[in-house]
Amino acid sequence: MNVLQTDGLGRRYRTNWALRDCTLSIPEGHLVALVGPNGAGKSTLLNLVVGLTSPTAGGVTVLGGQPAGSRAALDGIAFVAQDMPLYRHYSVADMVHQTRNLNLSFDTAYARRRITELGIDGKRKAGKLSGGQQAQLALTLALARHPRLLVLDEPTARLDPLARHDFMATVMTAMADDGVSALLSSHMLAELERVADYLVLISHGRVRVDDTVDNLLDRHRLVAAPTTAPVPDGDWQIIEARTTPSQTHLLVRLASSQASLPPGCESRPVGIEELTLAYLRETPASRAPTLIGATQ
Amino acid sequence: MVLDEALSDSPDRAASPIVFRLDTASGVPTYLQLVQQVEHALRLGYLKQGDRLPRVREVVADLAINPNTVLKAYRDLERKGLASGRPGQGTFIDGSLGQATLPELTGLRRSLHAWLQAADEAGLDEDGIVALITSTLRDFSERRDVNGCGEATRESRRQVGGVA
Repeated sequence: MNVLQTDGLGRRYRTNWALRDCTLSIPEGHLVALVGPNGAGKSTLLNLVVGLTSPTAGGVTVLGGQPAGSRAALDGIAFVAQDMPLYRHYSVADMVHQTRNLNLSFDTAYARRRITELGIDGKRKAGKLSGGQQAQLALTLALARHPRLLVLDEPTARLDPLARHDFMATVMTAMADDGVSALLSSHMLAELERVADYLVLISHGRVRVDDTVDNLLDRHRLVAAPTTAPVPDGDWQIIEARTTPSQTHLLVRLASSQASLPPGCESRPVGIEELTLAYLRETPASRAPTLIGATQ
Repeated sequence: MVLDEALSDSPDRAASPIVFRLDTASGVPTYLQLVQQVEHALRLGYLKQGDRLPRVREVVADLAINPNTVLKAYRDLERKGLASGRPGQGTFIDGSLGQATLPELTGLRRSLHAWLQAADEAGLDEDGIVALITSTLRDFSERRDVNGCGEATRESRRQVGGVA
């Protein structure tokens, strides 16, 4: 089953395309990291997935073919928006009560148990909790619905390192216990290295990377070659090139995991953070074949 | 989950003797770090036949890492014949590392020592020695790869590449 499937998905605001030609199919059971520069279309994609906005072009289905925003889709998805949506003047207990009343299915016992485990006093006002506790409360309310897909928009951006660790531990435990899939947007590349096993990279409104982390690491190599003996064309695509008078360093994407690199090149595996940065540095112009030609 | 908790409460399900830790700056993939820590503990005798590895849920809650990463590490250990999964109970150590015997190790250490002496006399500093060993080891592994060796070799190369 695909937790998310989009086909030529696009969203235009007035004359600007926030997202364009987005085609993805993401299988269930992964934690999917959605990365990209500010304004790349990440939040637009998340809003389309949870049905908060509708497409200008193309289509989006979730949880094995349910149209985004439909009853069946909404029942299976929980969304935590960027600003930790809580009623600030409600007590924690009232927040739980209210969320239970607003949802068809809600595991009150789970929510109360988690809140006790987190050491949060039920009588405190939600607005008086620390940033980490607010994030954990919003996450707990989302998880108590036992969703099949958890969508998080930059959930840890404003948390300190410990709160961030605890927050992700809660998400990961829900994955291990319930088999929930998760889609989260983030700028924390170092953190994604630990938590994500699937990467979607959007840049300039278009999808540049869409694969499991294992496949990506398998298909990308850092290659160093003498500048005097340039790397010829072959079964690979150059993502980033850095040239010094003596050596050229390339990040290449192999056409297949069996593709062999030219002899005489030193190649080594690349980490997910380094790989992501290279794609983020890419500009639409540098994507043209001229770059590959320039290294010949 | 309820079943899991019941199991962890029973006396014969004592805590695992190993606790994983992560070095995020090492560049070594997370799953490989877990595998290496088990292998290391096996070599040093902290883990032995029949010991239980931490449950996936425990590792996940402790380190905030993806459960699929832990499963991948455990599958890798099973593939290497070092551990085996028992349905509903967990993953257990089942094997030992087929390392060189102690006299062999002593001999290898002696010849390495002689080599290091020669490198020192040639003027190489510690970093230079490490760089030379790393690159020679990489060439060596690559040549073994070409001769049709299995995946294990490729992994050890990735590990070397990651550290370098």
